[in-house]
Amino acid sequence: MDPVLLVASIMVSATPILLAAIGEMVVEKAGVLNLGVEGMMITGAVVGFAAAVSTGSPVIGFAAAALASAVLSLSFGFLTQVLLSNQVATGLGLTLVGLGLSALVGASFEGVRAPGLGKLWIPGLAEIPVIGPMVFRHDFMVYVSLALVAGVWAFLKYTRAGLILRAVGEDHESAHALGYKVVRVRLAAIFFGGACAGLGGAYVSLVRVPQWTEGMTAGAGWIALAIVVFASWRPLGVLIGAYLFGGVTVLQLNLQAAGAKVPVELLSMSPYVITILVLVVISARGVHGAPGSLGRSFHAST
Amino acid sequence: MIRLEKRPQPSRLWTVVTPLIAVVLTMVVGGIMFALLGKPPLEAIRTIFWDPLFHPQFAGYSRPQLLVKAGPLILIAIGLSIGFKAGIWNIGAEGQYIMGAVTGAAVGLAFYPSESVLLFPLMVVAGALGGWAWAMIPAVLKTRFGTNEILVSLMLVYVAENILASASASWLRSPEGMGFPGSRNFKQWPAVHNDELIANTGLHWGVVAALIAVIAAYVLMARHIQGYNIRLTGEAPRAARFSGVSPARIVFLCLGISGALAGAAGLFEVTGPAGQITIDFNSGYGFTAIIVAFLGRLNPVGILLAGLLMALTYIGGELAQLMLGLPGASIQLFQGMLLFFLLATDVFTNYRIRFAKGELA
Repeated sequence: MDPVLLVASIMVSATPILLAAIGEMVVEKAGVLNLGVEGMMITGAVVGFAAAVSTGSPVIGFAAAALASAVLSLSFGFLTQVLLSNQVATGLGLTLVGLGLSALVGASFEGVRAPGLGKLWIPGLAEIPVIGPMVFRHDFMVYVSLALVAGVWAFLKYTRAGLILRAVGEDHESAHALGYKVVRVRLAAIFFGGACAGLGGAYVSLVRVPQWTEGMTAGAGWIALAIVVFASWRPLGVLIGAYLFGGVTVLQLNLQAAGAKVPVELLSMSPYVITILVLVVISARGVHGAPGSLGRSFHAST
Repeated sequence: MIRLEKRPQPSRLWTVVTPLIAVVLTMVVGGIMFALLGKPPLEAIRTIFWDPLFHPQFAGYSRPQLLVKAGPLILIAIGLSIGFKAGIWNIGAEGQYIMGAVTGAAVGLAFYPSESVLLFPLMVVAGALGGWAWAMIPAVLKTRFGTNEILVSLMLVYVAENILASASASWLRSPEGMGFPGSRNFKQWPAVHNDELIANTGLHWGVVAALIAVIAAYVLMARHIQGYNIRLTGEAPRAARFSGVSPARIVFLCLGISGALAGAAGLFEVTGPAGQITIDFNSGYGFTAIIVAFLGRLNPVGILLAGLLMALTYIGGELAQLMLGLPGASIQLFQGMLLFFLLATDVFTNYRIRFAKGELA
């Protein structure tokens, strides 16, 4: 296997998870555990695909996917933040709704081909031997995902709004006492997370596959959740985690294609087994870095 | 401005009323959805909720299906509800269900073609053990390393699906299947066939087990000290620890019970309605059971009713697919909406609505 092609395909395979995971990290930083990533991703996948096929423009597809998933995530936001429902149960519900909704919407799009997404050659850099074809000849979403990671890192570290978001996630009672609008900050974070998951889903259906099949995200949303834990809630960690996972996926697919003497099932389950092992190593180290109010409902009593 | 005021105790009235409101809301929104799809809404609702039981032509076939589908849902949901009460989120019941079926079937097939009456009970035990062992993975990882049980149990579903694929394609494949994937058909092996106990009722051993589980869970949660410990751990973890309840033991107990019940459900399914190990014999019961557990308010009797209702939507959905050409996925959406509306209306159980001046936080 050509190493240049290998790195390039790892980047493509990591991008959907990276997009979903960086969004979920912001949501969790605000103290909300949204287990509906899978549902939002699959919704993004079908809406993005449908919009791109109908308009012929992948860019419109991505925009529609982000919007649709973000709006869907607001139903989770309304339930958990305003009606104070249990976040775990509501997130699961969101996943079930998303899976059903997407299968319903997507039924008429099975077997259709998506309009291709052009490669963006970064002028100058794309000409560098080896590195050029590896890193600088991708479609624009790969760069968008990397820019999002950098943007989230800078936002959380250097801006006042980022500080408020982290305060809300660490201790919502204190943040509320200081006069920050806990519910509004969280709704905004949930909206952002939904949009990111939608982009990730659309990347699966428009670039990675590129087709629509029912349930096609196949657990990518859950892996995004695992990667946030793996990353100990740090943007750089999310990037590393997503690329590691992308690497494992590409490697096992290549081994399958090369006809390795290992059963196919063993290879297909390896990404999930490795995710579990990584989670164990991370949790055994004892450094969690989970936001203090993660998963707890906030209700201002006064 | 509307304000929520926490009730000192959850309202008993609303606990019972909210599932009913959720069902009605789902019917209304579902009806609108069917109308948008260009299907007659009232007819669709009637086809889903009424015809499976009372249609002169189809009811004969679909009525027994009610118990066939409700059995595994109730059995799994009972196990899950015990864990949910303690704040232990096993959402990988689907994986435990698959592993129970594969383990139990493997043990049974090892004795093929024995006609011993002991074989079926042995397979049930093996199935329960298989599910239990699969659930012990997240339990051990959680207690030993503090790993999140939600993610681990879910990842294990994908692992289990791959094991199932390999079992049906190679090591449990029927030698008489002419190379096609799938194990021997248990329906053609009377000693282990989990047949209807009374003809045309759908009542098989899995349904009996589900009913026993309902009663046992009721006794455990309402009368037994461990049930009290489980509830205490869920509602006040610190208080539970101070009173000497070991959190690790609760984790093992809850995941163990839910894993074993899901595993047994898988075995009953594979020897009964499904008939054989195939790559897709599992029909997502492990996930739907989560809705059943919540819809039944984590209460054994509630779960019994919720399981029957959810089974009804399954059969009604199939009927609607057949008669009205409704897409199969719409029923999945229907079930998801039901959970959503239930969680939304739940606010009335725990909070009182006050109309007062104030600002949203």
